Amino acid sequence: MPNDPAISVRGLSKTYRIARSADAPNTAAESALRRLRHPLQRAEYDMFDALKNIDFEIPWGEACGIVGRNGAGKSTLLKILTRITSPSAGRIELGGRVGSLLEVGTGFHPELTGRENVYLNGTLLGMRRKEIARRFDEIVEFSGVSRFLDTPVKRYSSGMYVRLAFAVAAHLESEILAVDEVLAVGDAEFQAKCLSKMRDVARSGRTVLLVSHQVQTVMSLCTSAIYLQRGELVHHGSVGTALDHYKQSFRISSQEHADPSLRPGSGELRFLHAQASQDVVEPAEEKVIEFAVGTNADLGGKYFVSAHINNEDGVTVVQCDSRLVGFWVSPDQRLEGSLRLATPWLRPGRYTVDLFLCKTGILDAWEGACTFQVLPMLPYPQATSTEGSERGVVFSDFDYKGN
Amino acid sequence: MFVRFGMRDVTLRYRQTVLGMVWVVLQPLISAGVFAVVFGGVAHLPSGGTPYILLSMAGMLAWGVFSGVVSRASSSLVGNAALISKVYFPRILVPLSTAYSVCVDFVVSLVFFVALLFVYRVNPGWAVLLLPAWLTLLLLISCGVGFVCASLMVKYRDIQYIVPVAVQTLLYASPVAYSLSAVPDRYRWLFEINPLTWILQEFRWSLLNHSAPPLWQIAGSIVVAIAVFLLGTALFEQMERGFADFI
Repeated sequence: MPNDPAISVRGLSKTYRIARSADAPNTAAESALRRLRHPLQRAEYDMFDALKNIDFEIPWGEACGIVGRNGAGKSTLLKILTRITSPSAGRIELGGRVGSLLEVGTGFHPELTGRENVYLNGTLLGMRRKEIARRFDEIVEFSGVSRFLDTPVKRYSSGMYVRLAFAVAAHLESEILAVDEVLAVGDAEFQAKCLSKMRDVARSGRTVLLVSHQVQTVMSLCTSAIYLQRGELVHHGSVGTALDHYKQSFRISSQEHADPSLRPGSGELRFLHAQASQDVVEPAEEKVIEFAVGTNADLGGKYFVSAHINNEDGVTVVQCDSRLVGFWVSPDQRLEGSLRLATPWLRPGRYTVDLFLCKTGILDAWEGACTFQVLPMLPYPQATSTEGSERGVVFSDFDYKGN
Repeated sequence: MFVRFGMRDVTLRYRQTVLGMVWVVLQPLISAGVFAVVFGGVAHLPSGGTPYILLSMAGMLAWGVFSGVVSRASSSLVGNAALISKVYFPRILVPLSTAYSVCVDFVVSLVFFVALLFVYRVNPGWAVLLLPAWLTLLLLISCGVGFVCASLMVKYRDIQYIVPVAVQTLLYASPVAYSLSAVPDRYRWLFEINPLTWILQEFRWSLLNHSAPPLWQIAGSIVVAIAVFLLGTALFEQMERGFADFI
């Protein structure tokens, strides 16, 4: 491989024009009419910077994860690197062909058979005919749908469809492989197969770019990571630091939400305060969230409360909607409420609670209303080390019985 | 890739049909038959000595190429929106590949047409050798127009309503279903300035041994075809950068 980096990006920006108001013209006729009425007025747009002045270099043989919250510009970055859309400013140098897998099964046509689709999709992704023919058997074996090769893919189960589509992309011989969230599909076994395939790609000296929300995936596959925040590159380097930034971003947004007037929601009714009754709890202990809601005599009707309990990776572990347990409150009286969770047992770590007040719409949405810490101990009677409990999102009160 | 795309179109169109490729011949034949009955049998328009069905079939052969490429190419980008926004490849292949399936149709219909020539004992003469040239000109014009429509349709979906009406209008405004000699003198100039008329006359010259169109029309058709194709390609490439954002 040459000494040049696989990917070199300098001063990259992407700006989208978005119409300013709700009365943006929908048809050419409308906009023509408007032009006639106000011939001198320029159409008004807001500029939205999806990416701002990004610089980075990725060497050969690296698997680089791109993390960030929704709307941080991850997918836009990937789309620009794969030349699907063009940047508004900046320079990109790519050291080889880029194979992209932004969505499983793009270019698959439901009416065509599996065999035909492999060829069509392979060509689309940039493989030459000979290349496909040479690796055809490998592709088919990887996908495990060999029996159904001459069946139109519209009759495939969604799992088979995805497996075949991924198999084609995984056998791309492009020097750079860009993958967006595709591992969220397929069963666990297939996911593991895909991960190891991508690891092989990186090991063979090629470069992998991976966008993912799943911290687990990024940790297990990537050798470096980029953290994006609102279109800006905050960190490029070790995976651990990037993921710390990512986790941190959930805490930062909770500080912004402390001021009720800055929170989303109609504001007709707001939470006054919220806290966990104990800052630190044991995994199997009951968790109690206490909160207070103000009054609004004009509102009428009854409202309900909802709470999301999120772990450090930003995964909502449970949603506690008060409608499910028949808890409705009248807004003409101040509410001092509490939410009690007997189950599930939570894994050690920091948890944030998002609180919502809703009637027909959302009255108040308070992300990160409060946090609590679960102690690093195991609630199981015979546990001596963490072995046997690393997997799973929560702990559970389980038992085995035998004859 | 062009071939692969084109083959996809061809396979797709006749999958799950009983008659398959027979439709390629049947469609223009039925239109040509209707034209022969209406214009030749009912309206008694002149056909220049050839059986009317041959006259209208020759017209439909050429027309099928134009209308096929223009209408399929114009909707091809929007129809493949998922591809455009998810994979990178030279975008121009999408509208261009429609020409592939249209050419397949043309060849199949041409074979049938030649059979008809034998049945009616018509000899097209040496001019038939020029047929590939006329087909190339027609494809250039059609692709040029198709590129323009396709790239405009990404932004303005109005095009999808305009194209069928425009193609339909042009069908009757060009000497497809009738010969140019049937046109009254006061409208004649309207037909004479239409590049499609020139190419249709060239087709009839090569297929039916009709008299050759004037030299200026032949030269004109070459210039116009190349110009339209280049302009269409230029416009397409200019708009290409924005496709993924607008589609």
